[in-house]
Amino acid sequence: MMKAANSLASRGSKLLAGETPFRLNGGALHQSPAPRRRRLEVQDAVKEVFMPALSSTMTEGKIVSWLKSEGDEIKKGEAIVVVESDKADMDVESFNDGFLGSIVVPEGGVANVGEAIAFIAEQEAEMKEAKAKAGGAAPAAKPAEAEAPPPPSPPTAKPEENAAPDAKSAPAPPPPAPAPAPVAAAVARTDGRIIATPYAKKLAKQLKVDLAVVAGSGPAGRITAADVQAATSNGAKAPVAAPAKPAPSAPPAGGSPAPAAPPPAASTTVSELRGTTEPMSTMQLSVAQNMVNSLQVPEFRVSMKITTDDLDALYQTLKPHGVTMTTLLAKACGVALAQHPLLFSSCTPDGKGITYNEHVNVAVAVAMPDGGLITPVLKDCDTTDIYTLSRDWRDLVKRSRAKKLAPDEYNSGTFTLSNLGMFGVESFDAILPFGSSAILGIAGSQPCVVATEDGMICVKKQMTVNMTCDHRVVYGAQAAEFLQTLKGIIESPELLTL
Amino acid sequence: MPIASPLPGGRFAPRALGARPPPPALLPPGRRSIRREARRACVGAIALGKHDYDVVVIGCGVGGHGAALHAVEQGLKTAVVEGHDIGGTCVNRGCVPSKALLAAAGRVRELKNEMHLKSLGISVEGVAYDRQAIADHASNLAGTIQGNLQRSLEGLGVDILRGSARFMGGNRMRYALPGRVDVGGEITARDFIIATGSVPFVPPGIPIDGKTVFTSDHALKLEWLPDWVAIIGSGYIGLEFADVYTALGSEVTFVEAMDKIMPGFDGEIAKVAKRLLIDPRSIDSHTGVLATKVTPGVPGVKPVEIELTDFHTKEKVDTLEVDACLVATGRAPYTQGLNLGAVNVETDRRGFIPVSPKMEVLDREGSVVPHVYCIGDANGKFMLAHAASAQGISAVENICGRPHQLNHLSVPAACFTHPEISFVGMTQEAAEEKAKAEGFKVGLAKTSFKANSKALAEKEADGMAKIIYRMDTLEILGVHIIGLHAADLIHEASNALAMGNTVDQLKFNVHTHPTLSEVLDELFKQCKTDVKANAKQPVLVS
Repeated sequence: MMKAANSLASRGSKLLAGETPFRLNGGALHQSPAPRRRRLEVQDAVKEVFMPALSSTMTEGKIVSWLKSEGDEIKKGEAIVVVESDKADMDVESFNDGFLGSIVVPEGGVANVGEAIAFIAEQEAEMKEAKAKAGGAAPAAKPAEAEAPPPPSPPTAKPEENAAPDAKSAPAPPPPAPAPAPVAAAVARTDGRIIATPYAKKLAKQLKVDLAVVAGSGPAGRITAADVQAATSNGAKAPVAAPAKPAPSAPPAGGSPAPAAPPPAASTTVSELRGTTEPMSTMQLSVAQNMVNSLQVPEFRVSMKITTDDLDALYQTLKPHGVTMTTLLAKACGVALAQHPLLFSSCTPDGKGITYNEHVNVAVAVAMPDGGLITPVLKDCDTTDIYTLSRDWRDLVKRSRAKKLAPDEYNSGTFTLSNLGMFGVESFDAILPFGSSAILGIAGSQPCVVATEDGMICVKKQMTVNMTCDHRVVYGAQAAEFLQTLKGIIESPELLTL
Repeated sequence: MPIASPLPGGRFAPRALGARPPPPALLPPGRRSIRREARRACVGAIALGKHDYDVVVIGCGVGGHGAALHAVEQGLKTAVVEGHDIGGTCVNRGCVPSKALLAAAGRVRELKNEMHLKSLGISVEGVAYDRQAIADHASNLAGTIQGNLQRSLEGLGVDILRGSARFMGGNRMRYALPGRVDVGGEITARDFIIATGSVPFVPPGIPIDGKTVFTSDHALKLEWLPDWVAIIGSGYIGLEFADVYTALGSEVTFVEAMDKIMPGFDGEIAKVAKRLLIDPRSIDSHTGVLATKVTPGVPGVKPVEIELTDFHTKEKVDTLEVDACLVATGRAPYTQGLNLGAVNVETDRRGFIPVSPKMEVLDREGSVVPHVYCIGDANGKFMLAHAASAQGISAVENICGRPHQLNHLSVPAACFTHPEISFVGMTQEAAEEKAKAEGFKVGLAKTSFKANSKALAEKEADGMAKIIYRMDTLEILGVHIIGLHAADLIHEASNALAMGNTVDQLKFNVHTHPTLSEVLDELFKQCKTDVKANAKQPVLVS
């Protein structure tokens, strides 16, 4: 690929823009021209990368390949992207030092000359600004996003990394169009591996199909391109109807609002669903049964506001090590629970005794693509380190979406966490899963004006946690004490990394 | 042109033992012509008296064939000894039949690309192919070329001796075919040229069953088309087969030990190749891994299992389940059974025969063994058919007392994918290293097929060419091309390199417009030549 413009010469037409290598014009984006002393003003450090005009006749360019990935450090003059013009493919160099904050036009995408194709942050810390910009400024012209966009969120929602419980890693419903209905007559693999042919993989990426939910019809359960195609067409036509594999017998159901807002709206057109009645899936049925059972339990709720600035900061430093917000919160609960044995106990089935459980196992509610809900369990959250928990969590989420959890991995929880922070909710009520004493509902963290003890006013990020308890076992004061402990941990989160 | 494994004793035809000169046996015997017999007897009588032949070439692949032709042209009495098929690997199990498969598969790919055809105003429907007919085309082609080679040798009076050769010490050599008492004998010659070639290299842990786990030898027969083929190795052989398989509808997974696929190629060319030949096709790859254990399967019943081990950590990382596994991990010299000890020669650890730049075989101490030469894959210097042939010519020149050394940097190479890749000389990486070591500056120029009128007319404008040259002397260090007909285009560069032409001279050559050759014309014209003060100027002829 041509590094220098002067290598572009073609017979009879020298299409040179100059003797120097092409550089991307970096335009500073001053969002607030008269910045006040607030945290917002760093934005002028985020530069746009424009589609360059590589020849006099070029009106649009195709991104052949990105030589740098998001997050990579970039030196001025370093080639960052290969652009295909009407004459040649050329390396295009950066005009700025900094970090590639986000790529707006993915490989294979086309953009008009002068359109933003990426954002460069001058400082590593400004990466999220660049990301946020990418979210707002993405031009229409792009066939295939490299990564699935986050699930539909309210327009007012913060960029995902901003708010504490807004973490992307939280059990967000997966991208819109995965195939819920495995192809009938497929031979399922028993070892849990996903074997897909090269074309099937390419197609799945293109069509944004999660291979974990596609059943393979090829030899030994192999997923072929046809399976992926079938999965997408099935997905569009019958989101819930086809019975999935026999779902786990009785998943202890967790947070209430999640199952109430299953994703069919996202994967099917609303008009298709109107006026029809669909049978519930096995999993939905068992959730429904558990919800009805919960009516026998006298529940009460206690809530508290917790400041998350320090937790957010910790999350930012740990994120590169694969730590997710969900695991940080689970770990916080685990550490707090260790001091409050009642909160992870359970009432005996006859209602006449309290079983103090041995393990602090935090179950976290995860919405399933086809409308069900499952609660993978992070075991021994009090003693397991945060990095191990994060690894376990990634594995659990992956396998739960593929419906490949062992019973012990979803029904051994002794305390439940339900996080709707990523939707920006202010607070919500969770229904207590049958067999446990408490469930904690975590809402979104948002900047609030706070009066401090020394009489000053400042802005802090706060979230509301709301705990539902079984009053046969836990009383109000005990629940409040637990929340106090939890608040202490989250507001001084250094403990979590020990 | 492999010879057979070591000959068990007592297999020689009794009548040949001690008999001198032996009746050189031609196969089939019925083809022996009385006229030729008479002529040979006559020539034999005049020739040197001391030896049966001036030159005996062991192995009749492309290298041996080239050597024999040149020897005859120099007036030497010449024989070739061949234990298998005339034409060797290239003609029977390599370049030639693979070109037949690529030609057919390439057509299929082209005709199935409706968008491309439509852009030329053509619509085609119901494109289908017959696997067996394509396979037949390949084997027929091999047969034709084999016949051509044999006739060209016979026509010039080269004796073709059938059998595997074995040095007997001194100037003596025996040849025999296992299980045949009517073929074989012992001959003497003044000079020997070893041209025994190579066989597919199969790493340990990979059992070849010829059905689901196979090498290029089997793959070329195209006995079936697996839906999913893993190809171990992403060099020329792997790339060409990936091209054939994907064109005919199979999916391919590369397993490459190096950290990137196509490790032998110039980095930039490999990047473009990946974009043109890998990414848009049904191909994925695992790099930095070794296939440490392969378990053959049963077509349609049980998949082949390939255990992948990390190249660096040596930990097992994955297991592939595919329908077939093509082992394309390079080639190993075929030098066993020659009884090299009789001429005081030892192969290196991998089986290659050490040679001097003049193709003279070297003994254990590294000194020249008189009258024994080795060319082609057996010496491992440049494992390509045409390189072997060039080495053969070079060896004969040295035999004739005209010292000659082949410049291997001027030997071009090509990979016949669609589009083709070709190169001559060094990669940019190697050139930059050399420049650093020797303290000169590297010049670089590149052109794109996108700017070429002929390529645009064909709507085949993907690809690029690059030249790497010395800024001080303007000598060409390397030229790399990927694009339409790259394999044919490279020769302008390789010839220039062989002749020592500099880029400032090449600028003045004229190319027909519009042709693809202008891609190279443009390349030479873009080289910055003002650095050379005494640049040659064109001479006006009035």
